[in-house]
Amino acid sequence: MIRLDHVTFHYEDLRMEFDVAVAKGEFLGIIGPSGSGKSTLLNLIAGFESPAAGHIFIANREVTASPPAKRPVTMIFQDNNSFAHLDVWTNVALGLSPSLKLDADQRALINSALAATGLEAYARRKPGELSGGERQRIAIARALVRDQPVLLLDEPFTALGPKLRQDMLDLVVALHKSRGLTTLMVSHHPEDARRAADRTAFIANGRILAIAPTAELFAAARDPEITEYLGL
Amino acid sequence: MRLSASLSFSLILVAIGAGLVPVIAIGFGQGYELSRLFDAYFFRVVTFTIVQATLSTVFSVLFAIPVARTLARRQFPGRGLVLRLFALPLALPAIVAILGIVEIYGRSGWLSRLTALELDIYGLAGILIAHVFFNMPLAARMMLVRLDQIAPESFRLSAQLGFGAGAFWRFIEWPAIRETLPGIASLVFLLCAASFATVLTLGGGPQATTLEVAIYQALRYDFDPARASLLSMAQLALCVPLVALTAAAAGRLQHAPALRAKARRFATDTAFSRLADGGILAVALAFVFLPLIALVLAGIGAPFAWSAIAGAMITSLFLAGGAMLLSLLLAWPLANAAARGSPLLTRLLSTAALLAFIVPPAVLATGWFVLALKAGDPPHLAPLLVIVMNALMALPFGLSVLTPAVSQSAARHDRLCAGLGLSGFARLRLIDLPVLARPLGLAAALSFAISLGDLTAITLFGSQDLTTLPALVYRQMGSYRLDAAAGSALVLAVFSTAIIAMAERWR
Repeated sequence: MIRLDHVTFHYEDLRMEFDVAVAKGEFLGIIGPSGSGKSTLLNLIAGFESPAAGHIFIANREVTASPPAKRPVTMIFQDNNSFAHLDVWTNVALGLSPSLKLDADQRALINSALAATGLEAYARRKPGELSGGERQRIAIARALVRDQPVLLLDEPFTALGPKLRQDMLDLVVALHKSRGLTTLMVSHHPEDARRAADRTAFIANGRILAIAPTAELFAAARDPEITEYLGL
Repeated sequence: MRLSASLSFSLILVAIGAGLVPVIAIGFGQGYELSRLFDAYFFRVVTFTIVQATLSTVFSVLFAIPVARTLARRQFPGRGLVLRLFALPLALPAIVAILGIVEIYGRSGWLSRLTALELDIYGLAGILIAHVFFNMPLAARMMLVRLDQIAPESFRLSAQLGFGAGAFWRFIEWPAIRETLPGIASLVFLLCAASFATVLTLGGGPQATTLEVAIYQALRYDFDPARASLLSMAQLALCVPLVALTAAAAGRLQHAPALRAKARRFATDTAFSRLADGGILAVALAFVFLPLIALVLAGIGAPFAWSAIAGAMITSLFLAGGAMLLSLLLAWPLANAAARGSPLLTRLLSTAALLAFIVPPAVLATGWFVLALKAGDPPHLAPLLVIVMNALMALPFGLSVLTPAVSQSAARHDRLCAGLGLSGFARLRLIDLPVLARPLGLAAALSFAISLGDLTAITLFGSQDLTTLPALVYRQMGSYRLDAAAGSALVLAVFSTAIIAMAERWR
């Protein structure tokens, strides 16, 4: 579903190189030290960064030069996923149309996405009136209406408490399964990957040092760098 | 420290009281012969003040919006320089900028010669051009600060959602700019309502006179303190609510855009939008920089009246130096008290500093003028009054630099100093002066530059024997010796720019 073919990218002194494939329907967790290139990997796939060399394919189509809006991708950031001056409903509606010209079907779609994320009571509230977890639900609801096959999550729940983080994670996993999404999630918390990911990649110094089924990666931890990072 | 802060605070209150009390007392003493004072002239002046300030604000803000948007959207070589130079119109002495505007739009200016039209800069049109010249760059800079705060995620999100330029403006840029409008509009309105130099030089008689200038005329030409008193009250009634409004909004605004690297934008760029942005930028740059260039060109070839310039220069140095010292002496204990005091005290002290803003200089001058007359108009009082007034006018700027720096230093050093028993002069010499050298230098340079460019106090109290550089430029302009005025103005401009450049290094 997603393939990065010798994609290189330079950030300050760090030369990153990614060569990886993710299957359709897979949930890939991405862990590693900060500054190692985890977010850059997602930004390259979403089109927010352009590679120095290499090719990026999504759904068997090369998207290396495509602008973000032309890629079948939804990305959720750690924060600032919503526009503070627009209410929840409008924030979600922008996922369907930047001009907010919506027909009845689209309106119904928005309402059902709000219902699926437990936000229907907050439709007319501004994001500033909601809690951190509820604000991230706006981004998830928008991902639902956008209905893109690839979901990228960049430390989406890092700012939330442990219980809330688990609940949100479970919501994302449910969505991932019911929609048959291909999901990549960067997380500071290795246990997030453990809870949700089919496979997990460990990134350090701009390279994928290990990628394996999650249980295997955490159990074996052959690489001393991974052992060091996980504190095993 | 508490004692010196109280002293500083009391001095400010006395200075302002000495301005306000006689104004009110005279008004009542003369029983406000209302029919004489509330005449057509009074209402014309009030109306003109409000109309010109409103129009100046509307034009400044409307012009600033596309300029700020373009500066936020575009990276181009020299962008940082443009932002720095955008500070010049307000930083340069007003009279210098006004002369530059006359060189462009005046009867024999560039525009008249280019179009063969007989342009008349004196009157409402000229005042509006000058006010937009001063305030558009200020407004654009303040909007730009807000635009630069837009979260990088918003750019990514808008790129992912496929926003075009229209949706980007509607959902991201306009809401950010709209937030800044109340603060910017009230500040610009206040600056234009209280503007003195512009209206004095470009206003034409009673048809185009604001309250601030009318007070001056009532004092210096008509010797009519009662009228000055009434005009002063009208000016107070207009300015006090505005200052409150501005102060409330200003807390949320910053003035200087950060010159940092910008968040990556995913511009939906078209040939048309590039052309439009280029056009907006060209118009803005021409509007702001042509007068400055014209002034320099006119100044270089001007017949310099060196003896007059040298005399005025010495007076300027003396008065601005005195005002700088007094302003720092007042500000230092206030900043220290604010840094260590309760939040209530801090608020009180910042209000005290704002008093110099709230009470228009012409109003203060009215009271001081009356008291000086009562005291038999002692000689050598005039330079002292100019120094005190300039020090008060510079005080809010000095405090805004010093207070945060002193607070930071206090938080870092107070407990350590207490532990070491370091206090008084030893602490000042070993800790405060070295640590706070840069903010102190910046505050000093700001106060000096403000006093150096002042035309208000010197016009109110000055005379043939007491002439600063701005007063000299004004007098030369007034006697239609524009070429000589350009020479003097260039000297003043070079002098001020050197000080501003020095201050920039300490920022």
